[in-house]
Amino acid sequence: MPGTNTESDEAMPSSTKPKLAVWKFASCDGCQLTLLNCEDELLEISRTLRISAFLEASRDVDDPPYDISLVEGSITTPEDAERILKVRKQSRCLVAIGACATAGGIQALRNFADVRGFAAAVYPNPGLLHVLEHSTPLSDHVTVDYSLGGCPISKPQLLELIGALLRGRRPHIPQYSVCVECKRAGQVCVLVARGIPCLGPVTRAGCGAICPRFGRGCYGCFGPKETPNAGSLRHIWEQLGITPEEAGRAFRSFNAWAEPFRREGETRED
Amino acid sequence: MKTRTLTIRVDALARVEGEGGITLRMKNGKIVDQQFRIFEPPRFFEAFLRGRSYTEVPDITARICGICPVAYQMSSVLALESALGIEVSEPVRTLRRLIYCGEWIESHSLHVLFLHAPDFLGVADAFAIARQEPEVFRKGLELKKTGNEIVSLLGGREVHPVNVRVGGFFRMPSRQELAPLGEKLKRARDHAMDLAGWVSGFSFPDFSRGYEFVSLSHPTEYPMGEGNVASSLGLNLTAHQVEEVFVEEQAPHSNALHARIQGREGYLAGPLARFNLNFDRLSPLAREAAGAAGLRLPCTNPFQSIIVRAVEILEACEEALSMVECYEPPVGSEVPAVRPRAGRGSACTEAPRGLLYHRYDLDASGLVTASRIMPPTSQNQKSIEADLRHLVESNASMDVERLTWLCEQAVRNYDPCISCATHTVRPVSAKAKAKLET
Repeated sequence: MPGTNTESDEAMPSSTKPKLAVWKFASCDGCQLTLLNCEDELLEISRTLRISAFLEASRDVDDPPYDISLVEGSITTPEDAERILKVRKQSRCLVAIGACATAGGIQALRNFADVRGFAAAVYPNPGLLHVLEHSTPLSDHVTVDYSLGGCPISKPQLLELIGALLRGRRPHIPQYSVCVECKRAGQVCVLVARGIPCLGPVTRAGCGAICPRFGRGCYGCFGPKETPNAGSLRHIWEQLGITPEEAGRAFRSFNAWAEPFRREGETRED
Repeated sequence: MKTRTLTIRVDALARVEGEGGITLRMKNGKIVDQQFRIFEPPRFFEAFLRGRSYTEVPDITARICGICPVAYQMSSVLALESALGIEVSEPVRTLRRLIYCGEWIESHSLHVLFLHAPDFLGVADAFAIARQEPEVFRKGLELKKTGNEIVSLLGGREVHPVNVRVGGFFRMPSRQELAPLGEKLKRARDHAMDLAGWVSGFSFPDFSRGYEFVSLSHPTEYPMGEGNVASSLGLNLTAHQVEEVFVEEQAPHSNALHARIQGREGYLAGPLARFNLNFDRLSPLAREAAGAAGLRLPCTNPFQSIIVRAVEILEACEEALSMVECYEPPVGSEVPAVRPRAGRGSACTEAPRGLLYHRYDLDASGLVTASRIMPPTSQNQKSIEADLRHLVESNASMDVERLTWLCEQAVRNYDPCISCATHTVRPVSAKAKAKLET
């Protein structure tokens, strides 16, 4: 990664700053908005990095290559399957940001439907559809250097990632569960103490365990943690009186296409 | 220049939310084609909402838009509560309006400072404003942050908040939790006044058309989450009547449906419509700021929507402040008991960009059997295209580069949210369209 000493404003002329690009595929914009929501850090970011391609924020686009490409969204059309190859070629480091880019997103729910029947229900002429059968993560199409999960991604994780890349070190993105964050925050376990179904034990940390703080169970928007035991959690949910259909639907949301959520969502029809 | 032939084409519009472009062709001084093209891939929300429980809907529909998730959550819960016959308490109403104010402040500040102001200053982006006018940029950013702080405090995070549910909130905040917002909102109110003053000094293209303005209208409040659908041509409907009067049509160049009132041309939804139809329900402070910024009723120049947005930021700050100061948390149960039942419910709220209609059909167990979502940007598409046409016709002698930028700016007048507009629908290519019509 070029450019390491970028503390002062004018120390580095614009032309030698590392170049940042932000790309959007099928998504809601919330993850790239997270960058603009770093109100306290935004000026520093714009001084340290050259914002070379960020259509939502600027009319100016620099020529490739780009040092860091943040990519939001999933691949759902033949054009986008081509475009992501181009983005990969133009980028030294490609980072998938958010549940759409890392797992196919909420729009991957269509992956489970009988596509023809599904399309026929929605389209006047399904034979003419110009979309791919599946909504897929970037990693199905290109090599992804780093991934940030979440729907949306977390601001601290995004800043950690950018800071680490600028300094040429590996970003510290934990793969343990939401439960670790929840315990550290000193919160009472909603699953154990209140019998509220919670996906925290199988979901990756990063959000700061927000849902338990508001008295609701985690709904899995950061996707599966490393080595989750989703089947066991499902068993506990059923002991709480949750029907297999409800449990199956809980796994079928923003990370439905990511294993093992995909498998657990499917067993509801058993 | 009556005989000019030119093409204006923007492949990918910058400083809008989502993916769209514009194409205009003028031949011998006449516009032969005008398109606000939307090529953002559709995401089929209405299809995969089927079979989901009413309890899951607000979290799913939030994902239609990362910039206005609160709007989607609000239209969802209100429509579902109407289907389920639920009445919410006064504190819930207040907190919903408060979190919606937060989203208006955040979304409008983003649009005014980052997406729209650069056009008036002739710069590529807000980072250039940060260099040229650091104090304006700092205050604008602080405003945006205050809006985000309201959403975070009530909802847990800025994008896709987690605390909203059918019947109310998972957890209601205490008075003490809201209290720190007071000082911030007082500062924000000052910044909003400064912002309105700043944008009122821009130079505005002399432009207007005869618009039909459509927004919610409420007898006592500036419209946000309640009221009838009203228009400057006398429309007055409840949410349940919307589908009887509004129609959505396909255009070959857009992955979003175009909305229209039956028997009429396009209409304009958003800040300008709200302002023109509800001016007397603004707070005295906001009315005064509007006058000082040179706004007159009705405001029919869409380029001035940037001033109206600044006035609406001020209104949202003023209202949020009074809600924070007067808030009393509820006594007893926070959420009414819900008994699922079959039925249909509809609701409209005012997203920052305009009217947002939701309708849900539920079965006896509370699962969605059908839904319909009509976002503001699909409603404004016809109006955007008509604006582009008139703009090019009345500026036909301008050089193409300048005219292209002016066209981009005209699209940004509407703060289009293209991800919203393509949440579902039927993407049909031009060839397919021709085939469908035969």
